[in-house]
Amino acid sequence: MKRTPTLAVWKFASCDGCQLSLLDCEAELLAVTERLTIANFVEASREVLKGPYDLSLVEGSITTAHDAERIHKIRRISKTLITIGACATAGGIQALRNFKDVKEFVSIVYSTPAYIETLSKSTPIANHVYVDFELHGCPINKNQLLEVVNAYLNGRKPNIPAYSVCVECKRRGIVCGLVAAGPPCLGPVTHAGCDALCPSYHRGCFGCYGPKETPNTGSLTSWWKQSGMKDDELLRLFRNFNAYADAFRKESESHEK
Amino acid sequence: MKNRTIKVDYLARVEGEGSLYLKTKNGAVVDAKLKIFEPPRFFEAFLRGRAFTEAPDITARICGICPVAYQMSAVHAMENALGITVDGQLRSLRRLLYCGEWIESHVLHIYLLHAPDFLGHQDAIRMAKEFPDVVKRGLRMKKLGNAIVTLVGGREIHPINVKVGGFYKLPSRAELGALTEELTWARDAARETITLTASLTFPEFDQDYEFVALRTDDARPEYPMNEGRIVSSKGLNISVAQYDQHFAEEHVEHSNALHSAIKERGSYFVGPLARFNLNRDRLPSAIDKAARAAGLTGKCTNPFKSIIVRAVETLYACEEALRIIREYEPPAKPAVATEPKAGTGYGCTEAPRGILYHRYMLDAKGIILDAKIVPPTSQNQKTIENDLRHFAEKHLHLNDEQLTWQCEQAVRNYDPCISCATHFLTLTREQV
Ligand code: SF4
Ligand code: SF4
Repeated sequence: MKRTPTLAVWKFASCDGCQLSLLDCEAELLAVTERLTIANFVEASREVLKGPYDLSLVEGSITTAHDAERIHKIRRISKTLITIGACATAGGIQALRNFKDVKEFVSIVYSTPAYIETLSKSTPIANHVYVDFELHGCPINKNQLLEVVNAYLNGRKPNIPAYSVCVECKRRGIVCGLVAAGPPCLGPVTHAGCDALCPSYHRGCFGCYGPKETPNTGSLTSWWKQSGMKDDELLRLFRNFNAYADAFRKESESHEK
Repeated sequence: MKNRTIKVDYLARVEGEGSLYLKTKNGAVVDAKLKIFEPPRFFEAFLRGRAFTEAPDITARICGICPVAYQMSAVHAMENALGITVDGQLRSLRRLLYCGEWIESHVLHIYLLHAPDFLGHQDAIRMAKEFPDVVKRGLRMKKLGNAIVTLVGGREIHPINVKVGGFYKLPSRAELGALTEELTWARDAARETITLTASLTFPEFDQDYEFVALRTDDARPEYPMNEGRIVSSKGLNISVAQYDQHFAEEHVEHSNALHSAIKERGSYFVGPLARFNLNRDRLPSAIDKAARAAGLTGKCTNPFKSIIVRAVETLYACEEALRIIREYEPPAKPAVATEPKAGTGYGCTEAPRGILYHRYMLDAKGIILDAKIVPPTSQNQKTIENDLRHFAEKHLHLNDEQLTWQCEQAVRNYDPCISCATHFLTLTREQV
């Protein structure tokens, strides 16, 4: 019998939500464990098998000097490294520090700032090491995660579309909030993957899957400005879980002061 | 007896990253620490300057295991600041959403994280080889919890349907009704879970804790979730707004989490055991009976038995969800209107792991000037360290491997959520 590939799950600064998606696969979870040996997944098991590992899933962003070193070690012992979620692919909500003075942040939360070790910026994994594939979302979609793992097992490219939330929304036949003068919606510039969840709940998209390929954020915001939205509102709209992703970062900076 | 050090660098089967450290000298424990090295993410700092409407979505990202708890504490604190109340069916729907999270989180902990300790397995996947039906039952119950959160909240992790004032969209009677069949199965499965957990072997370890939980007014005698006064087993009885007068957070060197204490008395205990001991009279009699049959006759002061209490609360959450669904009539509007206004708001709700406190100060435009968030795990941290010390002292005869495992288990009694608290375990036994 062929050896089953080994899986390791790693965590950096994050909320654990993306790796929880793996446990949330419930029925499929036991099926996955028949084709992959869970070798290192501390949230689920005490047992840690020695590396190297065939597949590493990485959650979270780099925020400490120690972690900046740790990710290099992980890269060296991983044949394939896939990042999961907005923290790992864009720096996450904790990247809001990148726009401010982190020392001030430390002193707001902790009385003895000297005890806290942190970097001034929260950065995505790909800023530090080569990443084989990035899966977006805050949190990731578990079906997409299963697709990525399946694609890996079958040696093919994952089928993860790069178009916008808008395309999913149209396909579901949801009435467009932008056309119907509903709440501001980042659907046109946001990466698909959630199946247009917010619009289906009568709510505008707030970009939790991050920017799609080549988004035209400027034309969207100039439209909203004409209809009376203020710069501070636009700034906040782009400064969420994917605030440090290039396209969203540039857009939010253009509305600063 | 020799001096030794037990050290676990990455505590397994807890949510987030922490380590455990134990130092003994001449057969006495001289140091016990739960170290939290999960990197800090500074939520309280970057909430400043955000709109009051954004708090539920932003604070959800503190924890992927209990995002509903963060959303509930955030919306209640904001509504308190704005002077509005959300009642009737909207209030019931929020309770239903919380039932979903309690079920999902408790079942995850019972079956996937804690039971393997009792049954001697490294993890649930290996446990599944010996007890396939047990693990499958757990996974199916967890799925049902997730299904409730997904229907009411939009998705299981970081729901998108919660807003200050209520919801974006209301479920229909038919949509909720569709959950009834699986919930009825889960209720029976919860009864089996109580029987299963009650059959486990527990170390003798009763401690004198101060339990702290919410308790609702006598006018609304129910098991607490979204509101109530903060009460304790040693006489504390305060409103949520008085929290800061009675609780203090301390910043200790070995942890990126702040340790909480009751100013007058020190360490305290929050979570299922505290809720159960302080609100047992609020459980329907059939559930109280099931708890009694499982051996929980009086107050339960053995934290290892919290796994039984989680099963009891899971049964309660299933019954409560069934009741809410039965009585549901969609209200006229999905949310109460909100107008920004200057002021301070306080919110405290019962997360699966215990009380979760939020406080926000808003300006006239509804922009957050100041935020404070105290998660359950940082409130339990002192108590966990005390337990480690007392438990280890009684079990120093065990070899390193056994002692390490049992100390880990003692920590997992609290279902500690380290991601929350960094705002957590590795075991080190050091010889001096
Ligand atoms: S991307 Fe979002 S859901 Fe995933 S770990 Fe980060 S905060 Fe949590
Ligand atoms: S915020 Fe946008 S990307 Fe995220 S779930 Fe909502 S619609 Fe989808």
